[in-house]
Amino acid sequence: MANISVGTGLLLAGILFMLGLLGVLIRRNVIFILMSIEIMLNAAGLAFVVAGAKWSQPDGQVMFIFILTMAAAEVSVGLALILQIYKRFKSLNADNLNRMKG
Amino acid sequence: MYGLLWLIPIVPFVGFLILALFGGRIKRQIAGIIGVGSVGISALITILVGINFLASPPNGGSFTQVLYSWFRVGNFAPSIAFHLDGLSLVFIFIITFVGFLIHLYSAEYMQDDEGFSRFFAYMNLFIGSMTTLVLANNLLLLYLGWEGVGLCSYLLIGFWYTEPENGYAARKAFIVTRVGDTAMAIGLFLLVRTFGTLNIQSILHSASVSWPVGSSIALTVSLLLLGGAVGKSAQLPLQTWLPDAMAGPTPVSALIHAATMVTAGVYLIARMNVVFTLSPTAQLIVAIIGALTLLLAGFSALTQKDIKRVLAYSTISQIGYMFLALGVGAWSAGIFHFMTHAFFKALLFLGAGAVILAQHHKHNMFEMGGLKDKLPVTFWTFLIASASLAALPIITAGFYSKDMILWHAFADSKGSVWLWIAGIVGALITSVYTFRMVFLTFYGKSKTEISYHPKIKIKIALVVLGFLSFAGGFIELPDSWGHFALLSDLLKSLFPAPTLIHEGAGLEIFFQAISAVLVIGGVFIAYYFILKNPAFSLKFKESKLSKYWFSGWGFDWLYDKVFVTPAVFFSRINKSDFVDEIYTGIGKLAVLGNKLFSLTQSGRISWYAIGIVIGGIITLTIVVFL
Repeated sequence: MANISVGTGLLLAGILFMLGLLGVLIRRNVIFILMSIEIMLNAAGLAFVVAGAKWSQPDGQVMFIFILTMAAAEVSVGLALILQIYKRFKSLNADNLNRMKG
Repeated sequence: MYGLLWLIPIVPFVGFLILALFGGRIKRQIAGIIGVGSVGISALITILVGINFLASPPNGGSFTQVLYSWFRVGNFAPSIAFHLDGLSLVFIFIITFVGFLIHLYSAEYMQDDEGFSRFFAYMNLFIGSMTTLVLANNLLLLYLGWEGVGLCSYLLIGFWYTEPENGYAARKAFIVTRVGDTAMAIGLFLLVRTFGTLNIQSILHSASVSWPVGSSIALTVSLLLLGGAVGKSAQLPLQTWLPDAMAGPTPVSALIHAATMVTAGVYLIARMNVVFTLSPTAQLIVAIIGALTLLLAGFSALTQKDIKRVLAYSTISQIGYMFLALGVGAWSAGIFHFMTHAFFKALLFLGAGAVILAQHHKHNMFEMGGLKDKLPVTFWTFLIASASLAALPIITAGFYSKDMILWHAFADSKGSVWLWIAGIVGALITSVYTFRMVFLTFYGKSKTEISYHPKIKIKIALVVLGFLSFAGGFIELPDSWGHFALLSDLLKSLFPAPTLIHEGAGLEIFFQAISAVLVIGGVFIAYYFILKNPAFSLKFKESKLSKYWFSGWGFDWLYDKVFVTPAVFFSRINKSDFVDEIYTGIGKLAVLGNKLFSLTQSGRISWYAIGIVIGGIITLTIVVFL
């Protein structure tokens, strides 16, 4: 463990975050957008763990547990919303869901 | 007993408040009782106070009741105070007593109207304001009442507001009288600047001490006050609003546009008589305005078709007589004619209202006729009032008051033979148009069947006023018949004594005989041209002159061209003026911003996400690099 440098860990987290962000921006399917958000959350979690390891503190891992819990809750709400959206619009294309535009 | 004086204006005000606040929720019957009752109480108190005043006159002939100090600005501290003397007593008696009869009449006349309680609320407000006007001891309180009656006049002319024409007539009345009121307000400012007070008694006293006769300040002040009086009393050149004011319900025309409000100008001039006496020029102008108005309006009344418009022009003409009397210094004759006129003109309007009710709300006299036997009470009372308006000799109230004015117009030092000629020609015309109206309405063939027979309330009002139109003149007999002058004695201390240059009972009786012959001749002229030989009058109706008179001598047309059209033209040009542009500019900017920002709300999640990302990048850049 110790031979993985902080820079490498953070780089990995950054790459993961950018992948997730690109997914959110590019994907049309709501489920994929949700998954990309999960990737971004996990990237943030990884950054916490790496930082916690750097200073040998447990806080990073504690934060990760929090993020995990929150992600679970978010996914359950998100999936419920997606189910409703599918029922209403018979589509999961996010670009079609623009009824609330100004 | 004098302590009750303040109740006279207050009781109708309370009635107004109750009806205005709860009018929609209380029953029609109770609203009627409150509306009529409050004025009835006022009339009772007036009679009590009046009896007390006549039995044991207060010291100095007047009584002042100060309620409280209104406000204080430097040395200027007008108070809410009521002043009772002979003049205001005559006026409050007419206002509350005739007002009560008209209210009673309205309770039947308006019984099916939707706005029943609203009507009585306005009427009560009117009585309250009018009594305030005549009881006020300072000109500011008088002005408050003055504007109050103007407001009520506006509200009641436009009472049936669903017809746009009624609203137009109401606005016309309001705006035209406002012209006079502005002049009057300037006059009040001038008085405050000169004397530092608006208390009527102190103004009259200081003016008589410090202004020489014929001084320019006296002339200015009296002309400005005359402006207000001319507007309110519908005299030349501001007379155009009164005929259109007939758009209101008929009891309103009886109360406001015949008996009381339109004579406020007469009251103002009589009240400020010292100022007018100090300026003989202004007084001459008053007389000339009166003489011209009575002729102009008389000729217009000759050609009208609408029964109420005949009465409206006749009101203008009769107030012209009052102005003539005030102008020649026959002050109490003017007040006497105000009193008899209030009786018979209110009765004429009420009778016309009964006729209109009976004829399916038609106003055109040429569609009426033959009502003599079908509406006996209305006919006989209307006939008495018409005789009084035409001043048939000896038996009518109008004869005594009009004769007094005509005699003074000739014999007073300020009078002249020309003013007398105007008055006597006016008397002839008055008798012609009055009996033209009577013959058209009540004689001849019946043209419309009867739709309503007056009931007890209308009959009471008609009969009481009929009695007064007959007997009201006997309180004051011509000098040549012996000295019996209750009214002049009551008013003697308030007015300068008339200075007659022609005297002699024989001469006076000769003049009375002339007017008697002319008046009776007028009745025959009307009889001949309406009933015996209607062909001529029908031909005359088509002539240019008749049409010119019908339109009120074209004053409406003239004012439309001279004032209304340019005003409309300039306001059109200035519709988008500079100051307005600033405010609309702010509004337009806000709308533009709204459009720009609403563009960003595209409804696409990815765009929102990009927005967040770009925002995040910018924030981070600022945090890291700055």
